[in-house]
Amino acid sequence: MSILINKDTTVIIQGITGREAVNLTREGLDYGTKIIGGVTPGRAGRDVYGVPVSDCVRDITDKHHVDASIVTVPPRFTRDAVFEAIEAGIKLIVIVTERIPRREVAEMVELASLRGARIIGPNCLGVLSPDEAKCGGLGGPAVNVRRAFKKGPIGVLSRSGGMTTEIANTLTAAGLGQSTAVSIGGDAIIGATYAELMPLFEADPETKAIAIYSEPGGRMEAELADWITVNKSRLPVVAFMAGRFMDEMPGMRFGHAGTIVEGKADTTADKIERMKAAGISVAERIEDIPALVKERLEKAGH
Amino acid sequence: MRFYEYEAKQLFRQLRMPLLKGRVAKTPAEAKTIAEEIGGPLVLKSQVLSGGRMKAGGVKFPDDPAGAEQAAKEVLALEINGHTPRGVLVEERGPVAQEYFAAVTWDGRAKAPVIIFSDMGGIDIEEVAEKHPEHVGRVHFSTIVPFNPFRAKEAISATGVSGSELNRLTPIVAALAEAFLRYDLTLAEINPLARLEDGRFLVLDGHVDMEAEARDRHAKLLDDLGIGKDETREARPPTEFEIKGAAVDATDHRGVAGNVKEFDGDLGLVIGAGGGSLTLFDAVRNHGGKPANYCEIGGNPSVQKACGLTKLILSKPGVKKIAVMMNVVSNTRVDIVARGVIKGCVESGRDPGETIAIFRIPGAWEDDGFKILEKYGVEYCDRSVSMYEAAGRAVAKMSK
Repeated sequence: MSILINKDTTVIIQGITGREAVNLTREGLDYGTKIIGGVTPGRAGRDVYGVPVSDCVRDITDKHHVDASIVTVPPRFTRDAVFEAIEAGIKLIVIVTERIPRREVAEMVELASLRGARIIGPNCLGVLSPDEAKCGGLGGPAVNVRRAFKKGPIGVLSRSGGMTTEIANTLTAAGLGQSTAVSIGGDAIIGATYAELMPLFEADPETKAIAIYSEPGGRMEAELADWITVNKSRLPVVAFMAGRFMDEMPGMRFGHAGTIVEGKADTTADKIERMKAAGISVAERIEDIPALVKERLEKAGH
Repeated sequence: MRFYEYEAKQLFRQLRMPLLKGRVAKTPAEAKTIAEEIGGPLVLKSQVLSGGRMKAGGVKFPDDPAGAEQAAKEVLALEINGHTPRGVLVEERGPVAQEYFAAVTWDGRAKAPVIIFSDMGGIDIEEVAEKHPEHVGRVHFSTIVPFNPFRAKEAISATGVSGSELNRLTPIVAALAEAFLRYDLTLAEINPLARLEDGRFLVLDGHVDMEAEARDRHAKLLDDLGIGKDETREARPPTEFEIKGAAVDATDHRGVAGNVKEFDGDLGLVIGAGGGSLTLFDAVRNHGGKPANYCEIGGNPSVQKACGLTKLILSKPGVKKIAVMMNVVSNTRVDIVARGVIKGCVESGRDPGETIAIFRIPGAWEDDGFKILEKYGVEYCDRSVSMYEAAGRAVAKMSK
């Protein structure tokens, strides 16, 4: 099984007539995703690859049940779009847009939490469940997705969109398919974190192990380590930590907006130590991930 | 984006927070004039974007205008951790009875802003939190329910502060929290916040950071403070090479070819995207390679951008070769990047086959990309070669 999305998930795209959104629509439809509508204010009546465009999210939710929305509108309009989706009752919102100030992200996350909705991102490539559906740019065109992603027992969580595909591809090449891959976003404040998505994988009987891509900055890895320790997770976790050179360069921002070393807890050294203490295997190189996953699966009796 | 202390204080002044008399001077003569206006004992502080000012000798305590002039001369000439002072802040000095710490920042784990208050100010807050946790109050607050001062009161009260002290401190800390939200700050800190022996509560030092992504939303404030659009305010000032990198990224709106950071090695890197660049930079260093730069390409940059970035890197003295590497790409066209880097080599008068140590970008349109690379005799690899291995191949060529 997959988490978050499957082939029955009904999806809309907010900002559907934008250049990037048009690509997302094409890729999603080609991959079998049920994209049932799109929103661009003032463009009602048009269509994008046969997907009807509406002015308001309500125009769609009044007629159909909508499970998820992909938001890809410019940063200045993102909060408005996300609030609109949440207030229309949509429970899964994937925010692709980047460069949104933290205050607005916190506002969106707080409203989502009040309304029982879940946010993935911002600054992410979305969610992909192999052979089921994809919400966001992950993997690119459907033909490329089919090459890098295969259905299987590994959950993938990554702070980098590009590295989500790299890791999935590495797992696929080693015969390890994926249940769902989530690009969780590279900002300092994001919706669902590793620790918040772990219970979903934990509850999915077909997921047997987790592969994680992490970076300097933030407390997300510490939160994951705590979650695993407290909940005695059944899932072996293998993590790769990028940006080790940044430990020597405090105050410098590299990669994503959330990737900066300001205090000791931001360093890769500190995170690796915490993750290892929680029983997470830390891979030195991406290509070491499959062997470590297999080793952990064997030990767990799979 | 960090503010200088004098800018932070200008912002605090707009918010009607209580401040010491004084302002910033650019010359010793100006410092003397300000000292004459203030009259009485003074504090002179170097205006640099770096910690450790006191230890470095960037803070002086003259007693009169003549002393202030001499002290300003010394402070203005003193470089601190590679930062040249922007000026010297000349302020009145009074005896302090009690120091407090107040800050508002983001708690990424709670995904909410948090007020941190301590009645043990003036020293390192992390140390206080570790040794005297009962002297640190932390209170999170909502970003969608309007802010009310009771949140500040709760944080102060948590440290045991009561009486008129509590009532005098609350509006100052509340104003800090409101400014934090209003101006998209990532840190608003007063340390120390002091009660002087004469009974006044005053902001003695401030640290303000604004979210870079929010700059254009606060253009008026930044303009009022005299902060230029091109000031990055990072941990170290940008080099000329890095400024040129930003210009390359600004050539058009298609994709990213930027975040260039200069290093002193001989292997130029055209790498991406966000996470891929971090992974590849580590890989190059693990193989013993010496990167000439860090950068990020992604989001399907134009031929023009990839070409511009390649030319910039090749123009750096000592760069022998470049490595062009990314993770398996989702929305970047491999053939477009290939065209861009080859064009960049040719326009720099270099042979692409000799100059590009390795090209490893698997993904959409890779077959078209590989055809172009073959034509120019460039070594490339597909996804069967890992990022780590590709970096190793590039580094191995450097010693030949």
